[in-house]
Amino acid sequence: MGKFKGKIKPKQEIPTSSMPDVVFMLLFFFMVTTELRETAIDVQQRIPEATQLRKLLRKSLVTNLYIGEPRKIEQFGKEPKIQVDDQFIEPKDILLWVNRQRDMIPENERDQMTVSLKVDSESKRGIIADVETELRKANARKILYTTLAKKEEK
Amino acid sequence: MARATPEIPNASMADIAFLLLTFFLVTTTIANDRGLSIQLPPPPEAVPPTDVKVSEHNMFKIQINSSDALLVEGEPMSDVSGLKEMIKKFITNYGADPLSSDSPEKAIVSYKTDRGTSHKRFIEILDIIQGAYYDVYADRAGVTNARWREISSDLGNPENQAIYDKGRGKRPDGTVEIPMQLSIAEPTKVGN
Repeated sequence: MGKFKGKIKPKQEIPTSSMPDVVFMLLFFFMVTTELRETAIDVQQRIPEATQLRKLLRKSLVTNLYIGEPRKIEQFGKEPKIQVDDQFIEPKDILLWVNRQRDMIPENERDQMTVSLKVDSESKRGIIADVETELRKANARKILYTTLAKKEEK
Repeated sequence: MARATPEIPNASMADIAFLLLTFFLVTTTIANDRGLSIQLPPPPEAVPPTDVKVSEHNMFKIQINSSDALLVEGEPMSDVSGLKEMIKKFITNYGADPLSSDSPEKAIVSYKTDRGTSHKRFIEILDIIQGAYYDVYADRAGVTNARWREISSDLGNPENQAIYDKGRGKRPDGTVEIPMQLSIAEPTKVGN
């Protein structure tokens, strides 16, 4: 008679052959959404929250300007400062900076340049108004106050 | 004669992919280009000073002082939950209440802050003012507020442009029935 080998154990292995595919998919997602930061931000960035957010679709038309208290207080003091690219600037330098940024945008789209103001919650209106005055002089009049989405209520 | 097929070991492929994945996970900052968008007025020198007379009742005045206290139409306000409705009512008054705006075209929301006002407070109130306008537009265009903001960010699409024009009430001559007339005044200099 035939021999019985006892119960045949069902296979209990999860197929792993598709694992690289899954990982690659995740990899591609992050590669596409990632944006390597070329500047280190040296000012505080506690971005305020709002509900009526609008999105900027064309990333190439956006330039960033950061305002906030310096992170290294002992070196730069407590007064809020303006940072662009990798350095602190004074309001009077903004005109030059805007023109330099504008030169990097294709000519037919220069009027659509948007300056994204990333301002710390605790900064005062005074310094922001100074920046706005300079932006008006530089004719970079489309601005965006970067905010986060507020969680509660619709 | 059969040639030996060369084989690349691919068992480590997953490891390599994981390594790359980890790198991107760590370095990634999902771009945050969202916020409140406004258009600044032209530089002061470019506009010849004209004496524009605006009737008192066509102005909705919002002021914030250096200690972030709010004054709406001359009255102190501590709870801002009703402000949005007030602004909406003001915009769409159409002369019904003689103390409020004559028409949305003439209505101006004047927003004045101090140099000592915090950015957080400024954004909070700006959010409410813009929300009031977006609500009015969205209502007229028959879409939700969120959809309206999506549409107005992407006007390249003619369909969106049509909805956008409908919401703002664009007339054939190019003028707009309900322009967002938000005047952000130069801040006063009490606290700085």
